[in-house]
Amino acid sequence: MSELFERSAAEIAREVNERRVSASELTQAALAHVRANDGEIGAYLLVLDELAKETALRVDERIARGERLPLAGVPLAVKDNMCLTGTRTTCASRILERWTAPYTATAVARMLDAGCVPIGKTNLDEFAMGSSCENSALGVTRNPYDLERVPGGSSGGSAAAVAAREAAVGMGSDTGGSIREPGAFCNVIGFKPTYGRVSRYGLIAFASSLDQIGPLTRTVEDAALAYDAMAGHDPMDSTSIARAVEPSATTLREDLQGLRIGIVREFGLDPLGAAMKAVYERAYRDLEALGARLVEVSLPTADYGLATYYLIAPAECSSNLARFDGVRYGLQVQAGDVATMNSRTRAAGFGPEVKRRVLIGTYALSSGYYDAYYVRAQKARTLVARDFAQAFDKCDLIACPATSCPPFLLGAKSDPYSMYLMDYYTIPMSLAGIPALSVPCGWVDEGDVPLPIGLQLTAPHFAEPLLLGAAHAYEQATQHALRCRPESFDCASRAQDRLRAKSRDRR
Amino acid sequence: MPEIDIRYVAKLARIELTEEEVERFGAQLSALLEHVKALGELDVASVAATAQVVESRNVTREDEPRPCLEQGVVLDEAPHRQGPFIRVPRILAE
Repeated sequence: MSELFERSAAEIAREVNERRVSASELTQAALAHVRANDGEIGAYLLVLDELAKETALRVDERIARGERLPLAGVPLAVKDNMCLTGTRTTCASRILERWTAPYTATAVARMLDAGCVPIGKTNLDEFAMGSSCENSALGVTRNPYDLERVPGGSSGGSAAAVAAREAAVGMGSDTGGSIREPGAFCNVIGFKPTYGRVSRYGLIAFASSLDQIGPLTRTVEDAALAYDAMAGHDPMDSTSIARAVEPSATTLREDLQGLRIGIVREFGLDPLGAAMKAVYERAYRDLEALGARLVEVSLPTADYGLATYYLIAPAECSSNLARFDGVRYGLQVQAGDVATMNSRTRAAGFGPEVKRRVLIGTYALSSGYYDAYYVRAQKARTLVARDFAQAFDKCDLIACPATSCPPFLLGAKSDPYSMYLMDYYTIPMSLAGIPALSVPCGWVDEGDVPLPIGLQLTAPHFAEPLLLGAAHAYEQATQHALRCRPESFDCASRAQDRLRAKSRDRR
Repeated sequence: MPEIDIRYVAKLARIELTEEEVERFGAQLSALLEHVKALGELDVASVAATAQVVESRNVTREDEPRPCLEQGVVLDEAPHRQGPFIRVPRILAE
């Protein structure tokens, strides 16, 4: 039997429900593992020792009363842009560094109600703006598979926590790829549901027409269990969808017989380089071997996705972040008049990437430029969504890369636009609001380190059961996630040696 | 396409910028605007703008009092308070 903290959410829930192990024992094991391991990884901004132990006791009481909970005792990592009553909720920003949430996000509350135990709040790019976690003002997170590389972002803390077995389920939010890209980089499942399927009440807003909460997990079954627990209508979020959620964990598939999977003509694999190209060609062949029929589809406007996104998302962010003005909560830099107080507070409280996006969004919405930039981008968005609708006339799912490169070295991307390019393959799905996930599909060797690669699968609105079902068949047949363990705790000393050797070389 | 007037935009956005930031952000944002110019190639004359991609409708409810956050809990998060009020700098001249 593997260590307690190694188990999947499904295994944990089964054992806690059958009273073979208590939520309290599991929580002790998880917290001990976090204490031993997270110093190197930096997945958590805050570890909730007391709350975790109290919550575990309550889960054990519920089990003792005869309740069965779908996620009984499952250690949960919560991205620190989601509110949890009485805990610091920072968005990894100086402006909220000392803010304590007075209420709990609906999605988090649902996970706790399903039996999860909150281990801690995880690092992110400030206000979820970034693709590497390096825009965090409050800490560095390292990729558990190579400590010199980024975990991806913005949900990099949750992805790293799950990869390093510091939680079984991580909660992330995805605006342009912020669950899927760190999922791919950390060799875990990163799943963004249909826009509106999970309540955003208590998720601190970045771009409201794009933001969506979803799970990061080590198995597809766990992603399905987490999705089933967190999805559903919420009167507190009027954009949440008022139709019943079809459960996905009970409809996982073992093959892809009868499915047509679209391969996107415009996403040719040559630009990715020989090693990644080989990984994706192999993945497409594996889909076929499982019974899927591959068909070519076209997304002619996908190439405009990045430009569309980098107008719409900053525009919405400039509006959403106007609330951080130093008056009602968070940081305040004092000044003699209100406008100066606002401007100095925001200058001191926001990091460079947040400032850039607020400025570009303010510009795109300003008088004289609104039609040329924002409205035009919204029209381009219509075309991107239409492309997907037409493609799904010819196929049931689409398969494509999740990222254009493997996890990169910390500090490697200093130019903002080169970081924005990281979202190239994930943005079109966000613009269309369709569900999409990244599932581990192989490795590329970089020196002596194998680096994980993710396959992105996407489906029409509300086709989560089909999407997760197909991902499960692929995962079960290939098991790429199991081929390599994070060096951070499997061979921690080797990683340390390598780090020391490299810093010696630099000197 | 005109060069971005970064000082004006920063004033609208209420972010005080240093001289170094004016230079750096000005250059970075101009570069980004070059990239988004590509959208000009799309023929969108007859295309409707999309604000929400999934079914959405107006939501109303009865205007009845409901439980909400306690006043003290909310006020505790304000940087400056005075009794039951949030304190801010004067906005009108004496």
